[in-house]
Amino acid sequence: MELDPLLLSRLQFAFVVSFHAIFPVFTIGLASYLAVLNGLFYRTGNQAWERLAIFWTRVFAVVFGMGVVSGIVMSFQFGTNWSNFALAASNFLGPMLSYEVVTAFFLEAAFLGVLLFGRGKVPQGVHLFASIMVAVGTFISAFWILAANSWMQTPAGTELIDGRFHVTDWSEAIFNASFPYRFAHMVLASFLTGGFVVAGVSAWYLLFGRDPAANRKAFSMCLWLLLVLAPAQALVGDAHGLNTLEHQPTKVAAMEGNWETQSRTPLLLFAWPDKTAQENRLELGIPGLASLILTHHLDGEVPGLSEVPPEEQPPVWLVFWSFRVMVAMGMAMIAAALIGLWLRAKGRLYDHRGFLQFMRLMTVAPFLAVLAGWFVTETGRAPWLVYGIMTQAEAVTPSLTGGMALFSLIGYGLVYAVVFYAGILYLTRVVRQGMLPEPPHDDEVERPKRPLSAAHVPFEDAANQPGRS
Amino acid sequence: MEIFDLTLIWAGIIGFGVIMYVLMDGFDLGVGILFPFAPDEDSRDVMMNSVAPIWDGNETWLVLGGAGLLAAFPVVYSVFLPALYIGVFLMLAGLIFRGIAFEFRFKSHRNRHWWNRAFCWGSTVAAFAQGAVVGAYIQGFAVEDFVYVGGALDWLTPFTVLTGLGLVAGYALLGVTWLIMKTEGHIQEWAYRLAPRLLIAVLAVFAIISLWTPFVDEAVRERWFGHLYLIWIFPVLALLCAYWLWRSVQARREGQPFIATLGVFVFTYLGLVVSKWPVIVPPNYTLWDVASAPESQLFLLLGMLFVIPIVLAYTAWSYWVFRGKVRVGEGYH
Repeated sequence: MELDPLLLSRLQFAFVVSFHAIFPVFTIGLASYLAVLNGLFYRTGNQAWERLAIFWTRVFAVVFGMGVVSGIVMSFQFGTNWSNFALAASNFLGPMLSYEVVTAFFLEAAFLGVLLFGRGKVPQGVHLFASIMVAVGTFISAFWILAANSWMQTPAGTELIDGRFHVTDWSEAIFNASFPYRFAHMVLASFLTGGFVVAGVSAWYLLFGRDPAANRKAFSMCLWLLLVLAPAQALVGDAHGLNTLEHQPTKVAAMEGNWETQSRTPLLLFAWPDKTAQENRLELGIPGLASLILTHHLDGEVPGLSEVPPEEQPPVWLVFWSFRVMVAMGMAMIAAALIGLWLRAKGRLYDHRGFLQFMRLMTVAPFLAVLAGWFVTETGRAPWLVYGIMTQAEAVTPSLTGGMALFSLIGYGLVYAVVFYAGILYLTRVVRQGMLPEPPHDDEVERPKRPLSAAHVPFEDAANQPGRS
Repeated sequence: MEIFDLTLIWAGIIGFGVIMYVLMDGFDLGVGILFPFAPDEDSRDVMMNSVAPIWDGNETWLVLGGAGLLAAFPVVYSVFLPALYIGVFLMLAGLIFRGIAFEFRFKSHRNRHWWNRAFCWGSTVAAFAQGAVVGAYIQGFAVEDFVYVGGALDWLTPFTVLTGLGLVAGYALLGVTWLIMKTEGHIQEWAYRLAPRLLIAVLAVFAIISLWTPFVDEAVRERWFGHLYLIWIFPVLALLCAYWLWRSVQARREGQPFIATLGVFVFTYLGLVVSKWPVIVPPNYTLWDVASAPESQLFLLLGMLFVIPIVLAYTAWSYWVFRGKVRVGEGYH
């Protein structure tokens, strides 16, 4: 079998970026939550807020560390596997990625250490300020990355001269057509992720009756938040979809599984898109609903995939099904928030075991939604890398062979398997230890600056620690 | 003619970033390379503790350099990375393994020996790959019209294996002199005994590379045996630093060997820079050929001028906080 370096590079990129993305999307949400907790503690002086803040700072440290480790690879991927793209887009992409790195380092240099290690050592106001700055910094980081990605989806403000993009207008290039929608969608997704993880872990503690005072506060607070955010995300997602319809109609056609341009387009609940036959097998849909959603008219015309030749169509089944997974998760999140409201009205929010179990399971929903959403937007623009200008095939490194790409794909798979396994195992331990007070440790010799060291939790049970006091 | 040559400024920034990275990550990689040779498990704790608080700050320079290259000298980025594809993968895998080994070794007990291995092999592989990159840079790349056209393993030659081993030995020397400065008792004595042997190995490899390079690259030969006598100051200073290192180890001075090793590295690096200047993608392209558009260089420069001083200040502050000896049973969990 001939190994295709393009396909393998795409698989590798999808794998590495998916693996990486789950960490920042969580840290962005959690950083804001920490700022809120620290702010509440500052205002009220209630110890429960502080206990929550200390615990979630520990989790934040581990997740932040994993994000940094898995992110290193990303900054080299563009050169190793997509060198033609890196060279062509460097005038815009280089400054964007560099500013992201610079923001992250600035953050780490100035405020992360204070947030992680400064509690009780710096004035409470300074600690709160550092916490807020870390939250702001995560948004600025996301800003640069999403500006770069959105520019690839809806390029603007640049001019192609001799095969290289030159920036003619920075603000047009950064604030391109899809950027505001993507940024808003992603920020809400981060908040939802943070909210559902905190709610899920609190639910789990409540099931076991651990520190109910603090965990009820966290659980209640998250559910109020989700009640606002989950429906808001649906509205922003809709606006994002309309924006995509305007700029990338083929992607929307793939999301809807719509082959021919037509009015009264049905919303397909189930279908098996067949790209070779250019039609769906086994269709089940609600007539006219897709037209209504996309054009706000029952008779609205929805563009079909056949507007472009098959070689310019994305892998339709992947876009179609990823979109359905994302929307299903979104619906489940809205449902969870509404059930929470109903139980709250009945006064059973904290002791309905079925709901607590459900919320525990819902921890994975936002992660699935985020990954599925990125699958939609990234595979949906295929075969384009810079939409309408540069294809993925043109972008791939010319000297790359299938063997090399396979080697690195397997290699990164193994490396990340180890990192992920160790990280998740450790995170589980941190969560299991819960909000116990930290074991005493010698402050004088312990002034580490690294994220993971903020979590003083051993890897194995205390009983299995030979020779450790 | 512009008032400021942005390309030159960026060459300065990237060049500074590279040597900062080599010096700073060099000694903590070196500590990893030396890990299996440590006298006992307690010394391994001390060795790791001596670099644990600062290693990730050291690696920021690598990521900053990678992103900076894409922004300022994109052809370097888009030629070196494809040409060194396998080497880059090995380096990143090595760095990731040793990075998580830092975190999990102290938190693990049953599986500590695995994290020891991850730390040592990760450090050694990363150091070797970086040395091979230097060798590949000296060799040059098969490039046509700004695109790499060579094979996957073109970079792996006897010459680059030698430069790879040279950098492993060099980082180990940085690591051992760092340990002389940061430890005491039997660990320090072990480091004192090891330093001269590593110095001999480093000098031997550097000598072979210096003799070999003019044969690999004609431009380098002309540079050194032409009329630019002044540049001989760099190898002379590097040798003087090596001599100082030798003497200070014999005299059991604690801080001087590390400073002397930094000197050996700085002057060797400057020697390499003047050998190649201003060629950055050998054999054909100079810094100006591979630069990005001026507006892009300027756009990023503004941010860099703001951030680099802060990163430097933060770095200096962390080293200050963690100054002094690391002792057995102390530190970092």
